[in-house]
Amino acid sequence: MNNQNVIEAQKLTKKFGDFTAVNAISFKVKKGEIFGFLGANGAGKTTAMKMLIGISKPTSGEAKVVDYDVYTQPELIKNNIGYMSQKFALYDDLTVRENITFFGGIYGLKRSEIKQKAEALINELGLHEVAADLVGSLPLGWKQKIAFSVALLHEPKIIFLDEPTGGVDPITRRQFWEMIYKTAHEGTTVFVTTHYMDEAEYCDRVSIMVNGKIKALDSPTELKKQFQVASMNDVFLKLARG
Amino acid sequence: MKRFIGFIKKEFYHIFRDRRSLFILFGMPVAQIMLFGFAITNEINNVDIAIYDKSNDVTTQQLISKITSSKYFTNKQRIHNEAEIESVFKKGKVKAVLIFEKDFDKKLTKNHQATVQIITDATDPNTANTISNYVNSILKNYQQEKNKEVKLAYQIVPQTRMYYNPELKSVFMFVPGVMTIILMLVSAMMTSISITREKEMGTMEILLVSPIKPYQVIIGKVFPYIFLSIINAAVIIVLSIFIFKMPVEGSLFLLGLESILFIINALSLGILISTISETQQTAMMVSLMGLMLPVILLSGFIFPISSMPLPLQIISHIIPAKWFIIILKAIMLKGVGISFIWKETLIILGMTLFFMGLSIKKYKIRLE
Repeated sequence: MNNQNVIEAQKLTKKFGDFTAVNAISFKVKKGEIFGFLGANGAGKTTAMKMLIGISKPTSGEAKVVDYDVYTQPELIKNNIGYMSQKFALYDDLTVRENITFFGGIYGLKRSEIKQKAEALINELGLHEVAADLVGSLPLGWKQKIAFSVALLHEPKIIFLDEPTGGVDPITRRQFWEMIYKTAHEGTTVFVTTHYMDEAEYCDRVSIMVNGKIKALDSPTELKKQFQVASMNDVFLKLARG
Repeated sequence: MKRFIGFIKKEFYHIFRDRRSLFILFGMPVAQIMLFGFAITNEINNVDIAIYDKSNDVTTQQLISKITSSKYFTNKQRIHNEAEIESVFKKGKVKAVLIFEKDFDKKLTKNHQATVQIITDATDPNTANTISNYVNSILKNYQQEKNKEVKLAYQIVPQTRMYYNPELKSVFMFVPGVMTIILMLVSAMMTSISITREKEMGTMEILLVSPIKPYQVIIGKVFPYIFLSIINAAVIIVLSIFIFKMPVEGSLFLLGLESILFIINALSLGILISTISETQQTAMMVSLMGLMLPVILLSGFIFPISSMPLPLQIISHIIPAKWFIIILKAIMLKGVGISFIWKETLIILGMTLFFMGLSIKKYKIRLE
C-alpha cells in the first residue's frame, strides 16, 4: 500500500441474496484529505462504509483500511478509526463527562489520559457549565459536536462520519464543518457521507454512488468542469438521472 | 477487564437513572408478592350468606349459630319469602342462601330426616363449590355430635392428612409461582429491552465499531441484571419466609444455586429476544406475550398441568418456568436435595445452553 493512501478499495462488492448493494467499487483515499462519499438514499453508501469499518464482511473484492485488511484484521482497523453515525453516538442518560469517560474506556485509554482529554475537550468546546448535565438535555448541535470530539478521543487515523449533519441548523452545520477542517488539518483523514450538496463543495474529493456503483470521483471543481455545470447539486442530478 | 468494568458502570447508570425500570426492578417484586400473598387467595373467609328459616325451631337455630360462628360465613340477612332469594343474588349481596324446610326439628325427630337447601351463586364456580363443601362439612359435623351415642352398623372413617402444606395455605402455592414470574420478567424482559435500546438509539453500532468485542457487549449488558435478579430472588425469599411464614425445608444454598441457574436461563432468553427484535416495543411485546403468558398459564403456577388437555401438557414441557416451579416447591416445601431434582435441573441447564447457542448463531448472522 502506498504510504499516502489510508484507504484502498479494489472491486469491493456486497451482495444480499440476489441484490447487489455495492457493485465492485474501487477507490483510494489519501492521508489527511476530506473524502466525500455521496449518493442518494439506497445507493449503497452505508453498506460500503460498513465494510470499511469492519462490521460487515464484503462478498468479494479487496480493501485495506489504515494498512489493515478488512477480511482478516477488522479488530486492528477498529482500533485505528473513529466513527460517528447519523443517529447519536452518545448516551442521553449519561452526563457529558460520563460519556467521555465511557467511550475513552472502551477504546482502552488510561484513566489519567481520559481525565486529561476530557478536560481539554470541555475547555475547547466551552462545556464547563454543562459537563455534569445529562446529554439528553443539550441542544442537538451541541450533542453533535460532543459526539464528534468523543469519536476523536483515541486519536484515530481516519474518522468515518455517516451523515453527521442531518437535522441541524445551517449555523451549527457551518461550525461542524469548521471542526472537520481542523481535524483534517491536524492529519486525520475524514471520510464523510452526506446528501447535502453544499457540503460536498467543502470536500477535497468526492465520489458519487448510483445504484451500487461509483459513477464519478474527483475534486468538486473538476467534477463541475467535467459535467459543465455550476454546482455539485447539478452534478448529482445529472448523474442520478442517468 | 478495565473496559468491561467501565461498561458495567455505564449499565448501572442506565438502570438507576430510569425510574420506570427501577420500579419494575424493585417495586414490582414486593408489590406482586404482597398482592398474591394477601389479596389473591383460594381460601374463603367471611363469606356473606342469607338464611331463610321456615321452621325457626331449636335445631335450626343451633345449626345457624354453628355456621355463622365459624370464620367462614357471616349471616348478612334473613329472608322471609321465596321471591327474595332471587333478588338477594341479583343484588350481589350474598354468595349463598341456606333454606331450612318447614318443621325441621319435628321431621328430624319423627322421620329421622330433614332437608337444608344450599343455593350458591355459581357465577364464580370455584367459590360456589368451596362454600357448598364447607356448609356440608359443618352439617356433617353437627350430625356426628348428635349421633354420638348411637352405634352405626358400618362405618368408614377417612383420615385425611395434607402433607407439606397441612393448612392448605394458598400462599405456599403462590410464592414459587410469583418468584418464577418476577425472575423471568426482570431477567428476560429487562435485558432484551436494554439491548434493543442500544440498537434503537444507534449506540449499538458505535459499540460494534469500537474495539470492544460483541460478546463483551452482551456480557456487559447482562451482568448487572444477574446481580439485580439475585437480589430480587433474595428479597422474595426473605419476604415469604418472614411475612407469609413460608417454610424452606431444604437447603437454602441449593435454593440459591437453582435460582441463579434459572436467572441465567431467563437472561439467555432475553438475549435471544433481543436478537430477533429491532425496537424496545417489540422486545417488550415478545417478552410479555411469549414469556409472561405461558409462565402464568402453562407452568402449573395457577392451573394444574395434569388437568390440561394433552397438547397443552406437551407444550408445558418446553416452558422452563414449569421445571423451576417444581424445583422451588420441592426444595421449599418437601425439603428434598439435589438427588430428587437433578432431572429438572438438567432440563433447565439444557434449555439455557440451547438458548445461548441459538442467540450466538443469530447474533453472528446479524453481523454478517
